[in-house]
Amino acid sequence: MAVVTQVLGSEWTKIKSVRSTVWTLGVALVVTVALGVLISALVNNEYDRMSVRDRLVFDPTYVSFTGMGLGQLALIVFGVLVVTNEYSTGMIRTSLAAVPQRGIFLFCKIAIAGALALAVGMVTSFLTFFAGQAVLDGHRASIGDPGVARAVVGGGLYMTLIAVFSMGVAAMLRGPMLALGILMPFFFLISNILATVSATEKIAEYLPDKAGQKVMQVVLTDDTSPYGPWGGFGIMLLWVAAALAGGYAVLKKRDA
Amino acid sequence: MIEAVGLTKRYGAKTAVHNLTFQVRPGMVTGFLGPNGSGKSTTMRMILGLDVPTAGRVTIGGRPYRELPNAPRQVGALIDAKAVHGGRSAYHHLLSLAQLSGIPARRVDEVLGVVGLQDVAKRRSKGFSLGMGQRLGIAAALLGDPQVLLFDEPVNGLDPEGILWVRNLMKRLAAEGRTVFVSSHLMSEMALTADHLIVIGRGQLLADMSVEDFIAANSAGFARVRTPDGEPEGREKLTSALVEAGGQVLPEPDGALRVTGLALPRISDLAHAADIRLWELSPHQASLEEAYMRMTQAAVDYRSTQDARAGFQQPAPGYAMPGAPVPPGWGGPGGYPVLPGEQPNPYAQQPPAPPQQAPRQPAPGQQAQPPAPQDRAAAAPPPPPVAAPPSGEAPPAPAAAPAPAAPEGAAAPADLTKRDSEDAR
Repeated sequence: MAVVTQVLGSEWTKIKSVRSTVWTLGVALVVTVALGVLISALVNNEYDRMSVRDRLVFDPTYVSFTGMGLGQLALIVFGVLVVTNEYSTGMIRTSLAAVPQRGIFLFCKIAIAGALALAVGMVTSFLTFFAGQAVLDGHRASIGDPGVARAVVGGGLYMTLIAVFSMGVAAMLRGPMLALGILMPFFFLISNILATVSATEKIAEYLPDKAGQKVMQVVLTDDTSPYGPWGGFGIMLLWVAAALAGGYAVLKKRDA
Repeated sequence: MIEAVGLTKRYGAKTAVHNLTFQVRPGMVTGFLGPNGSGKSTTMRMILGLDVPTAGRVTIGGRPYRELPNAPRQVGALIDAKAVHGGRSAYHHLLSLAQLSGIPARRVDEVLGVVGLQDVAKRRSKGFSLGMGQRLGIAAALLGDPQVLLFDEPVNGLDPEGILWVRNLMKRLAAEGRTVFVSSHLMSEMALTADHLIVIGRGQLLADMSVEDFIAANSAGFARVRTPDGEPEGREKLTSALVEAGGQVLPEPDGALRVTGLALPRISDLAHAADIRLWELSPHQASLEEAYMRMTQAAVDYRSTQDARAGFQQPAPGYAMPGAPVPPGWGGPGGYPVLPGEQPNPYAQQPPAPPQQAPRQPAPGQQAQPPAPQDRAAAAPPPPPVAAPPSGEAPPAPAAAPAPAAPEGAAAPADLTKRDSEDAR
C-alpha cells in the first residue's frame, strides 16, 4: 500500500529530525549498560561473602541486566514523546489532515518508533550482557549456556515492548505530562512496591514489567511462578496490545 | 468547491457551530469572518475531517474530506502556524509532510522558495518568529499544489510586507481557478483580499454575500455637525431645522450630531439661515470595520469590561474619569445606529430588546464631579447585556439561507444600536 510506505517514510523523517530521539535512546543505552556494569562489579566483590543459598541461585545474566530498571524509564520518555509531540505541537491536525486514515497513521508511527526501540534495545541488551559478564570475571555466564541467549534477546524485546506500551498509553492520554506522570511512577515505584508487599505480590506478577522481566532470568529463583519466561513475555504482549487498542480507539473516536 | 449543509458542532452544552450552510466557490477568495470564538476554526477543522460534525455535513468536491482519494493533493490547509515541533527544522517539517502525501522532496525546496524561507530552512523552527511560522504554515498548505486551500488567520503576526504578500498570494491562487477560503477577524484585511464574504457570529451565519454587496449595503456616508459647546439651545434649534429639511439626525456621544440625508452645503445653509454657528461640519464614511462590528457585536463572546480599579487609590488628576465626556470622534455609546440608506443586516440575531438606556455620559456643559472612589466601585459597569439566550439549547435560528435576500426593513435592528457604553473604548 502506497499510503503505508509514505507514512513510514514521513515518520522516519520526523523521528530522526528531533534531538529528543537521540537523547532518550542514548540515555537508555548508557544508563542500562553503565548501571549494569557497576552492579555486576559490586556483586562480583560481594560474591565470596554471599550465603550458599544465594550462590546457588546466582544468576549472572540477570545481574548484568539490573540497569534496565532505570534505563527503561528513558525508553518510556522516548515512547511518550514520540506520540505526544504530535499533540503538544498541534502537528497532529496537519498529520491527520494529510492521512485521514488514522489507524494507518498511528500504527506506522508506532512501527517506526518500535523498530528504532528494538534496534537500540538489542544493542543495549547485548552490550550490557557482555560488559557485565566481563566484570563478573570468575562467575560469568556464557552466551552459549542454556537459556542465556534467550535472556539476552528477551532483554532487547523487553525494552522494545516497554517503549511500545508507553506509546499506546500516550496515544490514549495525549499529553506528555499526564502520560509521563502516570507511567514513570508506575514503573519506577508502584510496580516495585506491589512486588515487595506480600499481599500484592501475586498481583504484581501480572504487571507488564514484572511479567516481561521473567524472560531475562536464566536461573529461576522460585518455582511458584505461574508462568515461564515466554509465558511472562506473553502477558506483557497482552498489556501492550491492550494499550495499543486503547490508543487506537481514542484516536479514531475523538476529535483531533 | 466546499459545501456545508446544516453544519453543527456541539461540545457538551456549548454549541460552537450552529446550522451553518454555505458554499465556497472556486476561482475567488472567500473570506470567513467572525469574532474570536465564533466557530471559524471549528468549521475549518470540520471541513478537514478533523472534527466530526454533531449534525449536518461538509463536503469538498462532493465528498467528505476523509473519503477524498489522496486528500492532501487536493486540499491544502494552514490550521495553526505554531503547529510545528520546535526542535525540527523547517525543511524536515515540510519533508515529513511531503512524504506523508507522497510528494517528491524537491517540492519542499520549491515551496520554501515561494514563502521566502529558503535561507532558514535548516534552522530549528523554535527560533522562528510568528511571521516566519505563518510562512512555514503557508508553505505546508502549498505543498501538494492543491485545488482547494484553507487558511486560518494567515496574516496573524505578519509584517506589512508579509500581509501584502499573503494578499497577493491568495488572489493569485484564486485567479488560477482554485478555491481559496481564508478566515480572519479583520474586516479591513478581508475587504482588500476577498471577493466573497461569509460572516459568522456565535457559530451562526450572519452574512453570505459578495464584498461589493457588503460595501454597498454597509458603508453609507454621514455628516458630523457640532455646534458650540454650552449652547444646547442652538443644537436643538439646528436639529429641528435639519429634520424639517428632511434629514435624519442622531446625537453623537460628544454632543455632535450625525446627519444623514442632507448634503454638506445644505446643512451649512440651514445653519446659516437659523443663525447658528458651527464648530464642525465634516463628511464621514462609515467604515466596513464599523459595519462588521455592528453586525457581529451581538455575537461577541469575549467582551472587556471597564477596569474599575476599585482597590486602588484615586487616580491622579488629569486622568479621564469614567463618565467624563468622550473625546470627539471616539465612537461613543450612541453606538452605530443603522443609518438610512443602508441595509439592516437581515441575518443578525435578534437579541431580546433591552430597554433603551440613556447615554451614561452627562450632557456637555454640566461637567461631572469626579465620583468618590467607593462610588466608582459601585458604578462599575453592569455586565454586558446577554444578547443571546444561553447556548445550552439551540438559540432561535436566524434564517440560515445564504441568499442575500433584500431585507425589507425586516429585523430593524433598533436594539443593535444599543451598545454598552463602556466597551466603546
